[in-house]
Parts: sequence; C-alpha cells; structure tokens
Amino acid sequence: MDLLNGIFIAPFVQMADAPDFLVQVLWEGFVSGILYALIALGFVLIFKASGVFNFAQGIMVVFAALTLVGLYQKGVPVILALILTMAVMGILALAVERFIMRPLVNQPHVILLMATIGLTYFLVGLGEFVFGGEPKQMITTELGLPTGSTEIPFGAQGVVILQHIDIAAAVIAIAMVTALALFFNRTRIGRALRAVADDHQAALSVGISLHQIWAIVWFASGLVALATGIMWGARSDVSFALEIIALRALPVLILGGFTSVPGAIVGGLIVGIGEKIGEIYWGPLLGGGIESWLAYMIALVFLLFRPQGLFGERIIERV
Amino acid sequence: MGVGDCTQNHHDQIDMTSPSDPILVVNNIEVIYDHVILVLKGVSLSIDKGGIVALLGANGAGKTTTLKAISNLLHAERGEVTKGSILFEGAEVHDLSPNDLVRRGCIQVMEGRHCFAHLTVEENLLTGAFTRKDGPAAIRRDLDLVYGYFPRLKVRRTSQAGYVSGGEQQMTAIGRALMSRPKMILLDEPSMGLAPQLVEEIFEIVRRLNHDEGVSFLLAEQNTNIALNYATHGYILESGRIVLDGKASELKENEDVREFYLGVGGEGRRSFRSVKSYKRRKRWLA
Repeated sequence: MDLLNGIFIAPFVQMADAPDFLVQVLWEGFVSGILYALIALGFVLIFKASGVFNFAQGIMVVFAALTLVGLYQKGVPVILALILTMAVMGILALAVERFIMRPLVNQPHVILLMATIGLTYFLVGLGEFVFGGEPKQMITTELGLPTGSTEIPFGAQGVVILQHIDIAAAVIAIAMVTALALFFNRTRIGRALRAVADDHQAALSVGISLHQIWAIVWFASGLVALATGIMWGARSDVSFALEIIALRALPVLILGGFTSVPGAIVGGLIVGIGEKIGEIYWGPLLGGGIESWLAYMIALVFLLFRPQGLFGERIIERV
Repeated sequence: MGVGDCTQNHHDQIDMTSPSDPILVVNNIEVIYDHVILVLKGVSLSIDKGGIVALLGANGAGKTTTLKAISNLLHAERGEVTKGSILFEGAEVHDLSPNDLVRRGCIQVMEGRHCFAHLTVEENLLTGAFTRKDGPAAIRRDLDLVYGYFPRLKVRRTSQAGYVSGGEQQMTAIGRALMSRPKMILLDEPSMGLAPQLVEEIFEIVRRLNHDEGVSFLLAEQNTNIALNYATHGYILESGRIVLDGKASELKENEDVREFYLGVGGEGRRSFRSVKSYKRRKRWLA
C-alpha cells in the first residue's frame, strides 16, 4: 500500500503543494534537456550524412571548450580566441575527413565506430598535451554571457529562480537548431547532405562530392560541440570528465531517432525533464540516484517498441 | 540541354564506322573488383556525339560495370580499371572524380532508380544541379524543362520520392540527371521492373532528349528488343567481353542475336546443349 501510495499519490500531492518548486524542477530539467539536445545534435549531423556513430562527439565538446579557455589563458583576446577555436574545429573536420573518413569509406560501420573511438583517445592525448589535464574555469563573463539570476514570484508566496546563463543556453540552443533546420531544408548544400544520408551511391552519381559533404558535417558538429562546451562548461568546469556526457546523449538519440534534428531536441527535453522529475519526486522511493539510469530505462523501452525513435525517418520500404 | 553541338544528327545518318567525332571512347578496358575478381576482360566501344548506343547482354555480363567504369563510380565498390583507357571528349577519365565528370557533362543514371527516398521529387531533381554554378534562374528554367518532358513529375513534385511509383522514380532519376545539363547520359536498365507501356514511354523520352537536346546515350539493357528499336548502334557483351557489335538494324537481323537475345530463332527449337558459346571475335585483342 505504501508503495502504491508512493508511486501514484504522494508525488502528485507534493507537486500540488509546492507548484513553484515544481516549476523550478521543470525549468532545471528543461535546461539540462537542452544541453543533452545539443550534444545529440552533433551526433545526428554526422550520423545522417555518413552513417557513422561518432563516439568522439563528447571529447570534441571538451576539446573545443579547452581550446577556447586555453587560448584565452595564453593571452589571446576573447573574440580572437573564439574565432581561432572555430578554425581549429574546422581543421579537425578536414583532418578527420582526410585521414579517417576517406580511407575507410565503404568499410563496415563498426570499423568507422572503432576509428572514432581511436579519435577520442587521440583528442584526449592532444588536449592534455597542449592545455594540461587540470580542470579549467569557463570564461563565462569574458564571452559576454550573463551571470546572476532572476527571481520570479510564483503563486501565493513561491519564487522560481532562473539562472541567466541557463536562459542564454536556451536561447543559443534554439537559435542553433533553427539555423541548422533552415540550412538542411533551404540550401543547396543542405539538400545534398540529406541526399547523401539517403543514398551515398546515388549522391556520388549526380556529382555530389562526399569529401566536401563530410568535411562540412564534421565542421558543423564541431561548432555545435563548441557551443555545448561553452554552455556545459559554464555550469561545471571544463575537464575531461565532461567526455562522458556523450554517453548521456545515447538515450536521447534512441528516443528522438538517430536521423532527426527535431528528434534530438524533443528527445533531449524528455530525458532532461524526465530525469529531474523522476529524481525529485520518485527518487526517494528507490533510495535516490535514479537520475543516472532512468534515461537508459526509457531508451530500452523505446528500443523494444519503436526502434526508429520518435522522429526517426520511417524506413521506406516498397513492395 | 542547349548543348547544341550536334542536335541535327538524325539517328539514321550516323555512321559508326567512319572516324567521325566520338564523345566517348572506351579502349580495351579491364576491370578487377577487390583486386581479384576479373569482371571486364577487354571492352572497347565508341559513341558518336548525338548517338544512342545500346550495351546488351545477360545478367552478369558486365554492362553495369562498364558504365560504372566510365562514370568512375567503381571506386566506391572497390573496383578498379586496371588496363585500357576511357576518353570522354578526348580526355582521359581515369583520374577524374564522379563530381568532375558530371561537371564535364557525363552523368550516370543508376540501375534500380536510386532516388533519394526521403527527399521530395522536386528536391531530387534539384540535387542533380549540385555541380552547376550558373545561378538559380537557369536551374529554375531547366526544372521547367524537365517538367515539360515529364508532366507527371510536376504533379507529384511535393511527394517523397520513396512513395511514388516505379515509373515515376525512373523519370525522377532521368530528370535528375538532366538537371546537370549533361552531354551524355549513361542509362542503366531503364526498363527494369516497369510495365511494358511505361518502358515504351521512357524510351520515347530518351529519343526526344537525344533529338531535341542533343544528349548522347549509352543504354545498358537486357530488353534487347526495345533497346535495338531506339538505339543507333549496339554492342553485345558476354562474360566481360564484347562479342558482337554493329548498327542496331543489322543486329536485329543477325541470326545469333535473334536466337539468343530476341528469342525468335528461325529453324525451330534447338537444344541449348547443341549451341556453342558465341564465337568470340578478336576485336577485344586489338
């Protein structure tokens, strides 16, 4: 009885009792959901265009953030550091295309996955070699990102606290997603990207250059990694521990579908909000700590019943 | 489209034996897959500007491989041209990427249509213009031209290509190739899986494109009958070798072609065992 009460009644009573707290939890969930979505977005871009599950996406986030902070600490002005970091991500994209994608074209996907795992350790080594291994502080204020927080009165006597950096993260994420969606659907290169995602051979046959397309997607996901690195770094530190957030994006991808940009967003939000709500209201029932596995459970259920995810492209099969 | 070199060439007047102006020359090529599988053992052919040439043969004879060797799509399948040369408009294609070749005006329409299933029909057509640099207005004009040839595509232009009929997909694939303003289209099995009436329709359009836009065609076909009706010349491939070639009208009358490819052999039924494999001519050694 206690258990049923704990599952079906108590949490909702708690929610109704303190609506301001509920809103606070929802907001926190929303923000971490957006950050998950950004990481997932990096995966989706590369997966769509090349069918490669880029294991290195997590380390690209760390590497981009490290480069930015490292350059700043070496005395480079902040704007120049930002531009240089973008350039570094561009060079990385070209190098990956030239030295990983091109030689391994037509190899089984698992080989490309292994190659991206190799890339992960290469970037860990390179990052540590150049910038050192100790955690760094993200240069939040220098980048012009807002700090501090606003308290919004809510209900009778409650308040909801919004961190400005979180608001900025949400705005930047939304802007990025909109830009990417427009890029995919309205431009010549975007159309070519989707064509490559559908059929490599046919894309080659109409003269689309796979090398060019791959370099572009790796660069785009490098930029997404940079944005993610800044936002995530501002909430914690910039350290190699961040690398594992790549694995946090996995359930997001399974939920949203590996090939869908909107799916990455919605999947991210579901995982972010679900985790927070689950942890706060249902967590105590199981002794807490469910935040770390709830998403994987949800993903497992999805794999059983809807393997293409919520928004993954329907596999078109004609008979 | 608007290539204009040789739109006047009526298909009756082309004579392959004269050293006229070939757009494509394939010279004794050998193709090996995966470093071990020898697929083409010396294939030579030549296509005049404004010609329609049929490449005929059974399954596995090497038709598709020949086309892919020309369009340089072999690399993506770990195939390699190890001997011989291929000249498109006099230039060796060996070191050109498919992208370069499309830019120069040689494009392949692959067997089995290969439309981009999740893109709309119109988006499919627009991907064909990927290599072009002459601006959206010119591309828009050519889109209308393609819709002129294929009115059904205009009706279906907002449908996802994965969901349109097989005939419409074939039209989309040909239209997509047209969007690159080709001088030469390598058309692989346009008749595959289509109703006879549709096949006829597609070939009529090939003839019109050839006549009105001056596009040369190399057609790989199993449907020998219809291919020879529309082509000016034909080559017959057997196990990676050209065994016979000539004017389409002559090939249609050739006794062996009638027997083996058209199924209208003269003197009653013969046992397959009593038939020798076709006497291979020496031309591939030349």
